[in-house]
Amino acid sequence: MMTAIARLFRTRTGQERLGSIATMVVLLIGAVFILIPFFWMISTSLKKAGDVYIAPPQWIPADPQWENYVTAVTRLNYGVHATNTAIIVVFVMIGTLFSSSFAAYGFSRLRAPGRDAIFMVLLGTMMLPGAVTLVPTYLMFNSIGWVNTFLPMIVPAFFGNAFFVFLTRQFYITIPKELEESAMMDGATVYQIWWYIMLPLSGPILATIAVFTFVGTYNDFFTPLIYISDESKRTIAVALTYFQGSPRIGPQMHLLMAAVTMSIVPPILLFIAAQRYFVRGIVMTGIKG
Amino acid sequence: MVQKSGTIDARRLGKRERREAMHAYVFMSPVIIGLLVFTLGPIIVSLFLSFSNYNLLNDPKWIGVDNYVKMYGERLFWQSLRVSAIYSIVSVPLGMTIALFLALLLNRTMRGIYTLRAIYYLPTVISGVGVAMLWRWIFNGQYGVINTLLRNVGVKGPNWLLDENYALIALIITSVWGVGGTMLIFLAGLQGIPVEINEAAEIDGAGKWGQFRYITLPMISHVTFFNLVLGIIGALQVFTDAYVITNGGPNNATLFIAVYLYRHAFQFLNFGYAAALAWVLFIIVMVLTLLVFRSSPLWVFYEQERQEK
Repeated sequence: MMTAIARLFRTRTGQERLGSIATMVVLLIGAVFILIPFFWMISTSLKKAGDVYIAPPQWIPADPQWENYVTAVTRLNYGVHATNTAIIVVFVMIGTLFSSSFAAYGFSRLRAPGRDAIFMVLLGTMMLPGAVTLVPTYLMFNSIGWVNTFLPMIVPAFFGNAFFVFLTRQFYITIPKELEESAMMDGATVYQIWWYIMLPLSGPILATIAVFTFVGTYNDFFTPLIYISDESKRTIAVALTYFQGSPRIGPQMHLLMAAVTMSIVPPILLFIAAQRYFVRGIVMTGIKG
Repeated sequence: MVQKSGTIDARRLGKRERREAMHAYVFMSPVIIGLLVFTLGPIIVSLFLSFSNYNLLNDPKWIGVDNYVKMYGERLFWQSLRVSAIYSIVSVPLGMTIALFLALLLNRTMRGIYTLRAIYYLPTVISGVGVAMLWRWIFNGQYGVINTLLRNVGVKGPNWLLDENYALIALIITSVWGVGGTMLIFLAGLQGIPVEINEAAEIDGAGKWGQFRYITLPMISHVTFFNLVLGIIGALQVFTDAYVITNGGPNNATLFIAVYLYRHAFQFLNFGYAAALAWVLFIIVMVLTLLVFRSSPLWVFYEQERQEK
């Protein structure tokens, strides 16, 4: 036994094996630290009101209170806020997918004076702090009566997101032109080519963008916070912050944690379903200089 | 990055080229309109507003540099700069170091590696209000999970969010938890390094540290650069965590620039002052980004240069 361990330290393959065991241990400890908050959240969400504020806390509630979720849904009007969030997410996705693909076709396939300059300006805006455009944009939406509607969240999506236009353009550059050329011979217009040839080929990139758009819009807090004032129009993200201190819930941490747990379910489900677009997709396509 | 073939002289366009250009503008039109209406226009209006006094009720009144003068004398402005500076100086290098360390560990083939990568990336997917509220509960001085764990090892944890010496530290800890996005970009960079280079170095007798220092670090320097730029820009704009977890408190210990700006714009309706704040933030971000770009020839290596040398 001892000699076997000694060999592990001495030989080359032995050292490599020790190396991977050590790596695994470090990674697993790290993973536990990532997951503890989730465990704590679910644990709290299933406790009786009286069991939340005790020290030392119970890690696993003795008698899980599943009805906390029902109570949280009712008290928070969760359905209303979920519907609001869904409406915004769906329209933002449509707008983003359309504008990214449409504009990217122009930037990647058709030549025009100033095209590359416009593209560079677009890329430059990625580094612009949002605060600079915040006040005038708010005042603009306010003056046309869009404050307290979903439009300030939805409409800008139809006018292109720099990063997504960039991603789609890079993708289009890699698509061979032969298909389009033969369609062109047959007399197709550029708009038909975009719709019938490019869009069907855009599956992978549009899926990636859809996933990121969903997560970004679903989690967005600031935009609905400043534009929405009616309680019935709040998104989940904004409604949660009001739930926190509201007299209807008070310091009822178990209900709040039940609501928070529900709120993170859609992005997590999407994440699991589209994992390859998140993790493998980014790792594969990477950033190549 | 940009195709040279796209550059054509406007004066020498034939009929066909002119048609093509027209279609190109149609395709680009959403982006062009978006740039004008939602970015370039607001930037200019914002600059104008920063020299005015405006609260929605009256017309904007030109007051010259008064907003900037007022800002200079405002204690809370300097406090917000201090908070954002400390946060950025600590959280960006710390987060990048941890992200790179994790990426190095995760950059290997073994069973369960995809699951582990997914777990580390998970916090990035659900970042937002829900998680911020969860952190409030985790940092609860009496019943929170952090102090419970600390108590188990015999340490009495501070009252994190109510203690001005610890609130900012708590927010830095939450930022480290969400380091998965940076980690993933590092991982992408690491996977771009051809295996042969490390093998060759190993045959030449380079140790693990030598390989890391003289091969890995230079070969991912463009990724480090990308993460650094995005990290600085992101750290200087933190809002949600600071607003939901501590709301700038206690005693303004977490009054980030973005929170200070939000209050002036949407609570006090000082739109002129808020615009001036935004411009100061804009200039800080531009100067820092420029410094990083300027310094990049010293430490960022690109494929092309390597081949030329």
